[in-house]
Amino acid sequence: MTDTAATPDAEVEPEVVPGVPVTIDGREIIADEGELIIDAAERHGIYIPRFCYHPRMTPVGMCRMCICEVDTGRGPALQPTCMLECTPGMVVETASPVTTKAQEGVLELLLINHPLDCRVCAKGGESPPLDQTVANGPGESRFVEEKRHKAKPIPISDIVLLDRERCILCDRCTRFAKEVAGDPLIHFINRGNDTEVNTFPDDPFASYFSGNTVQICPVGALTSATYRFRARPWDLEAVESTCQTCAVGCRMAIESSRNEVLRYQGVDIDPVNWGWLCDKGRFNFEALGSEHRLREPLIKQGDAHRQARWAEALGEAAAALQAALDAGGPERIGVIGGARLTNEAAYAWAKLAKGVLGTDNVDCRLGDSLPAEAVLGLPQATIDDACRPGGTVLYLGPDPKEALPVLYLRLRHALVHDGIGLVEVTPVRTSLSDHAAVVLQHRPGEVHTAVRALLHGIPQGQDAGGVDPDALDAARARVAAAAEAGTLTVVVGTQSVAESPQWVTDAAAALAEAYPQVRFLPLVRRGNERGALEMGLAPGLLPGRTTLADGAAWYRTTWPTVPGAAGLDTAGILTAAAAGQIDTLVLLGADPLTDFPDRDLATRGLDGARRIIALDIFLNPSVLQADVVLPVAAFGEVEGSTTNLEGRISLLNQKVTPPGTARSDWEIAAELARRLGSDLQVASTDDLWNEAVAMAPSLDGITLELLLSPDASDGVVAPLPAEATPVPDEPADDAADAPVAATEPDEDADADSDEDAEADGDSEPTGPSTPPMVAFSAAQPLDPPALDAYALRLVATRKLYDLGTLTQASPSLAGLTPGTVLRVNPYDFDRLGVVEGQTLRVKSPRGGVEVEIVTDATVLRGTAAVHTNQPDVAVNRLIDATQPVTDIRIETGGAA
Amino acid sequence: MARFSPEHLETAREIIARYPRPKSALIPLLHLAQEQDGYVTDDAMRHIAELVGVTPAEVLGTCSFYEMFKLHPVGTYLVNVCTNISCMLCGGEELLAHASERLGVAPGGTTPDGRFTLEEVECIAACTEAPCLQVNYRYVTNVTNDDFDRLIDDLAAGKLDHEVPPHGTLARVRQHIPADRTAGIVPVAEAAVEPAWMHANEAPGAGGDA
Ligand code: SF4
Ligand code: SF4
Ligand code: FES
Ligand code: FES
Repeated sequence: MTDTAATPDAEVEPEVVPGVPVTIDGREIIADEGELIIDAAERHGIYIPRFCYHPRMTPVGMCRMCICEVDTGRGPALQPTCMLECTPGMVVETASPVTTKAQEGVLELLLINHPLDCRVCAKGGESPPLDQTVANGPGESRFVEEKRHKAKPIPISDIVLLDRERCILCDRCTRFAKEVAGDPLIHFINRGNDTEVNTFPDDPFASYFSGNTVQICPVGALTSATYRFRARPWDLEAVESTCQTCAVGCRMAIESSRNEVLRYQGVDIDPVNWGWLCDKGRFNFEALGSEHRLREPLIKQGDAHRQARWAEALGEAAAALQAALDAGGPERIGVIGGARLTNEAAYAWAKLAKGVLGTDNVDCRLGDSLPAEAVLGLPQATIDDACRPGGTVLYLGPDPKEALPVLYLRLRHALVHDGIGLVEVTPVRTSLSDHAAVVLQHRPGEVHTAVRALLHGIPQGQDAGGVDPDALDAARARVAAAAEAGTLTVVVGTQSVAESPQWVTDAAAALAEAYPQVRFLPLVRRGNERGALEMGLAPGLLPGRTTLADGAAWYRTTWPTVPGAAGLDTAGILTAAAAGQIDTLVLLGADPLTDFPDRDLATRGLDGARRIIALDIFLNPSVLQADVVLPVAAFGEVEGSTTNLEGRISLLNQKVTPPGTARSDWEIAAELARRLGSDLQVASTDDLWNEAVAMAPSLDGITLELLLSPDASDGVVAPLPAEATPVPDEPADDAADAPVAATEPDEDADADSDEDAEADGDSEPTGPSTPPMVAFSAAQPLDPPALDAYALRLVATRKLYDLGTLTQASPSLAGLTPGTVLRVNPYDFDRLGVVEGQTLRVKSPRGGVEVEIVTDATVLRGTAAVHTNQPDVAVNRLIDATQPVTDIRIETGGAA
Repeated sequence: MARFSPEHLETAREIIARYPRPKSALIPLLHLAQEQDGYVTDDAMRHIAELVGVTPAEVLGTCSFYEMFKLHPVGTYLVNVCTNISCMLCGGEELLAHASERLGVAPGGTTPDGRFTLEEVECIAACTEAPCLQVNYRYVTNVTNDDFDRLIDDLAAGKLDHEVPPHGTLARVRQHIPADRTAGIVPVAEAAVEPAWMHANEAPGAGGDA
């Protein structure tokens, strides 16, 4: 459209307006360059009916419902407005008699075979055909013949059902499957009047994203087993919230009827999920209404639990904490978990644990995450940064499809449709590998070796962690060029639970050092792990990305106490507990027995802890061991905010009430503080947020008003850019605004040395100033572990469906766990004399399991790959969390 | 019988190599499968999916679109009698009725011995010789009832074996393209890379439209 030499009589005026002037229904509007008519009209409040068009997918013009009279200068003609870009001077009539007659005709045609069983259809009340028939359909159909009949409904997967006679062949579901999910397992089958959507026989639509097709099907042809016949749209009430199942943080609507959550629907926000949800996030609402939810507090009696009143249970819990303080001080207390909390509850628990109890043995992670300093301190990129067209991503992390499904959709879109470049550094191939320009496959535990060779070449006389040198050369040129051009984003996360997170951290450190200007997207996996880290639920940290060393004085102005020294992480807490050094262990929605990579250590830790207090929604294996079980309110039952892996803060909303007498986590923290003779000084989640904003450096300016404002509908990424921060820090004001601790913790053993600051911290502006935020500095890199020629080095990765509490409590998902096989390179198969499909005993220094062994040529020689956390094989028995890598041996023959 | 036999697999690879993208070989491979088994089996579709790097559902989507691919067993001889307008005017419907009586099956049916499948088809573009039919897509024109009976007798007696191969075989002569003239892409893994010639004649400069 660059008609440079077009008009010699140069009128200077039209060049000034950016965009495309068009007339729709007599209104002059300015469309964006390349904008479709249907979008431009909608943006200006004119809705053109449609079935097949979906703004997140390629327009196909299948249904013709959107036809309007369009005049491009050659006279008006009927055109599908979802296929036509606006051009200057275009005139569109969306309601003229010709348009209306045409649309009525299309509708009549589309409905020839549509059963119009709206009264029993799950979509009735929100289906465009019904709405459009009511709005602009012909009063009656001229079609008198028998409609098509098909056997109904047929299950096309474990979750999705298809009523073929309702399908209007809009190609939305099939397009989604191919274009968005990359799982073209449903397709149009047959031709003409017989066309239907279907799967290949016995090859179900087993996609992690199948639920999206139910949401976008414009009719009731695709329904989910979880919702079908449960309710009608007009029974439902909805609030917007953010999925907390994983750290992507997809925006969603929680829809309920009569105080029961009936479904989640994706909500389209541009920076994150584009309206999509994964099936795990979409369907685990079932867990909320599960009959197995904890409803009342429990207290251990002998080997079983008995129901207790809250007063009694809280009293027991407080007494347990007090007993630990009395017995040996705050370091006799450990707190594990918190990644499922709201930001506010995480702050409340950080304040209780660190500010009241004074322990720093607090960790929201379970031994398989990047160090907090890396997550919080690396220069930050967003998902959009990583997916920006023209960019290159260097990816060192878990398979995103398994760990962070909708992040996978975003990356896949960027790779397949926007042509970004990908260099992947990984011990096993992932769902991204097929789209990567170069895959650098390295031995487990040698990602840093591979990355250093990528940056600086292969050191003389060594290899690059098993990476093919040619691939390394190809990757080096790409990465260096992208870094030079400023288009490189590094996505980094832990690759395997069978090795120390230190390896990938070393790799990130090497990259941060080589490319100081490059930004990182650090991957955390668990729902609000990022928020919990931001709120200081990790050893050595305080809320707002500040360290204990930097922030102690600042927090002492408001908190009764602050831990004296950095404490233990989860592995450390469990080790200490196993050695009898932890008197009271608090589990905040954590199940170390299932979720911690090292089963043996978790078992010994839980056995060794004198008392366990668990806050949870189900009696999972770890909670079963607790002395006091406090039932908590779950997602959808509490208000607050959550933080996704980008550091994006968005609001959560309550839709239903918790079961029984379950309470929110922060209320329990406040109540425990009170019983310990202190006071958190908060009466609501708003109080907690206000205090967190006043105290936490990274939250400066992210007030409730900001989060509630329309500008923040996509969430707010912390910290605000410097220029956007409303007022330059005035610590005195902040300190004065913040609630001030009134009560001393009575038994705090080491408070005596710190008593100076807090007494008069409320009035004088001479107090300490806002502490700096943590910067990532590399630890001394470890040396790669020596190879053992007789062993296989293990890569243990997660699948989307595993023993996770919510998945197992959701009947639709629980059965989808794929199970465990050990995958080994055919070369090693021959070497070890193993037979395909044989079940053999596999041993590590830590323990042994029986597992089926299969060949997989994509697994590197000398390594073995396995999925962990599946119901059939306890892979976590093989892993020693204190070891840098896990080497296993397969027992063939009768050897001991 | 299901997946490609070793010989057919070799042919399949040769066919795939003719195309710039393996997926383009889908239809010739479906014919090959039909030639092998007389119809397209589920296992054959799975095998084709593996060979060209798509899902079985995508193979089925293409396969089921075309009338000439049969998803269920048909007779050795597929007899298509035309009843479209020219043939209808010249006795096509009567011919079909006769055929139905002679073979003892309704249109769409297969004789119990598995030899003949009778079908009614739309215009097969031999209107000037109406009424007409096809046996395994070989034309027989100006067909009278007697002609039809004779045709069936001859087919049953094997007298036409030289002219009409069993259903599924399109041609008995297979064309081979020398290796140096193929598009040369076999492994699916490399198919993502576009062959150089695809951009050979592109107009210079970005975004230029003629
Ligand atoms: S099932 Fe629904 S989404 Fe899929 S083609 Fe039919 S109407 Fe469209
Ligand atoms: S990708 Fe994560 S945040 Fe999004 S719907 Fe799935 S579980 Fe929820
Ligand atoms: S919405 Fe435009 S053709 Fe379907
Ligand atoms: S009508 Fe029979 S061949 Fe054309």
